[in-house]
Amino acid sequence: MGETLGWWGVPLAILGGAIRVGTPLLWVSLGETVTEKSGRINLGLEGTLLMGAMTAFAVSLHSGNPWWGIVAAAAVGVLFGLLHGALCSLSRVNDTAMGIALMLAGSGLAFWLGKPLIQPSAPDLPMIALGAWSDSPAVRAALSINPLFVIGVVLAFAVHWVLGRTRVGLRLRVVGDSENAARAFGLSPSAYRIAATAFGGACAGVGGASLSLVYPGAWSEALSSGQGVMAVALVIFARWDPRRCILAGLLFGGASAISPALQAMGYTQGYYLFAALPYVLTLALLIGLGKPGPSDGAPGELSLNR
Amino acid sequence: MNTLAAPALAVPAAPLAARLRVLAASLLPAGAALGVTVLLFSAAVALAGFDPFEVWGLIVRGGFGDAFAWQNTLQRAAPLILTGLAVALPAQAGRVIIGAEGALVLGGLAAAALGLQLVAAGPWVVWPVMALAGAAAGGLWIGFVGWLRERREVNETIASLLMSFIAIALFNQMVETVLRDPASLNKPSTQPLPDALLLPAMPGLDVHWGLGVGIVVALIAWAVVKLTPLGLSLRVAGGNPRAALGVGLPVAWLTIGACAAGGACAGLAGAVEVAAVHGAANASLIAGYGYSGILIAFAARFSPLGVVPVAILVGGIAASGSLLQRRLGLPDAAVLVLLGIAFVALIACETLRHRSFGGRRG
Repeated sequence: MGETLGWWGVPLAILGGAIRVGTPLLWVSLGETVTEKSGRINLGLEGTLLMGAMTAFAVSLHSGNPWWGIVAAAAVGVLFGLLHGALCSLSRVNDTAMGIALMLAGSGLAFWLGKPLIQPSAPDLPMIALGAWSDSPAVRAALSINPLFVIGVVLAFAVHWVLGRTRVGLRLRVVGDSENAARAFGLSPSAYRIAATAFGGACAGVGGASLSLVYPGAWSEALSSGQGVMAVALVIFARWDPRRCILAGLLFGGASAISPALQAMGYTQGYYLFAALPYVLTLALLIGLGKPGPSDGAPGELSLNR
Repeated sequence: MNTLAAPALAVPAAPLAARLRVLAASLLPAGAALGVTVLLFSAAVALAGFDPFEVWGLIVRGGFGDAFAWQNTLQRAAPLILTGLAVALPAQAGRVIIGAEGALVLGGLAAAALGLQLVAAGPWVVWPVMALAGAAAGGLWIGFVGWLRERREVNETIASLLMSFIAIALFNQMVETVLRDPASLNKPSTQPLPDALLLPAMPGLDVHWGLGVGIVVALIAWAVVKLTPLGLSLRVAGGNPRAALGVGLPVAWLTIGACAAGGACAGLAGAVEVAAVHGAANASLIAGYGYSGILIAFAARFSPLGVVPVAILVGGIAASGSLLQRRLGLPDAAVLVLLGIAFVALIACETLRHRSFGGRRG
């Protein structure tokens, strides 16, 4: 795409890439925000992401309809979320350790079940052509928006509204801030946490679907490289605000898109260093933010920095 | 994240019956986890259309069946002992580090880069230098994570994994550019070490000296943690940081030191892999040993000595993967599923600890 637009192709490709690469980050961090709002942390979303990607790819191939793939990925995500949520509700079971265990178990299972999936691609999701006004194929390519991003943005605002304005959202926040207060209100912390983790799992599953169906748009074992974990860090950056997850997804998606965009321009020096940019940025952000406190929206029961 | 169980500081003298009860109580979760793992993996294998008995038989034979299997198993156990320690040592200070993979590849890279400079000096200079270079690279890398935790309150679990991805990117960049051997076409590598500088096999075994190094390091780690005042301070700092501060222990530096020691073990694993197995630093180093180390350390309940048998067990299971694939066409990822199920079962069965036998609470 570099030929027609010259160096202007870079910011354009980064914008397009920010949306493509940011979509899974948006979905995973959105789900994790809800999980963490209930006072749990699920570090296992990397495994859920890979399971979702594999499932979406397989189901889309067999049914011929990518939307069924997305539904199936969400369902698998719910199962993994329920598993994490239920097991962590047992006494003496540590949510961080369980997350690490499920990360390894989920990725192993996805690799096993995904072995026969050697097809190059599954049926495509229909794209939303925001660039139809332009004659330039580069502009069109960059502004062809995948529907999962749009749904994710809508969902982010919906989740924000549910958490802030509805009874169930208030209860979830009470459970996440103080287990004792929740018990005093007669709420069952475990039930809310299991439900919130299941929701987080569903979102991570859809995030995986966007990896295998939209970008890169195929199934491979190298599909996810830490997006599931980065998303957990992005929740801190988003200060547990679902709307800021959109910004976080775009920012870090953009950082991840720099390296392929430069490579497409023929600039290949330092490819791997640019590829490390999102991790460096995420780490820098954790360092800059320091320990998030209640004024940052951090749920009181969260073991993240306790 | 002070949610790890504090390692017990002292075992009170107790009558035999009580001690047996405590022993049984501590074995119950592990036994239950083993049972759950066997059941679940058998079910998974059966669902995939394989005979579970045949699969288990092949796992035992492929890992421990004959001399060749043992050689393969112990060869894998060598780095696994060290990556297990990379998780177990920071855990003494209550820190959950999951980025040993990155420390391992950087350790391997540093060892290869420095070793190649000194080829003329002979093995007895090159090997110690490679070991020190690997340990220093890994130690600095994870020590930095510990420092971030103590000084900037950055969650060490997330940070260590991010650092691991950064380490792998650095590794790839170096191996593909400045350190690349022009002769390595399809698989970018550093220049190979001359054969005379490869670590030899241990006497009487067909396994390289890396295994001996791993066991010796585990013994030293165990002795330091269990027998020295430094180890006691570390465990106090990990078990009850407030009390440790109260008695004037340098909690932050103990923690950073434990993280650095863990990272050094992982870096040493990378150096051993380069010096004994691959002969050069290349992508073969990124083999998931760092992730298996997490499971090994948790299963050993962070005991530096317990890491050794668990690493041999996990090494055996991993070694059986190729036999499973050859004989049954079972994908090698099945081994990852088995280890993953075992890990989940192990963490979940912690709920049974000190439940039914009325022993001490952890």
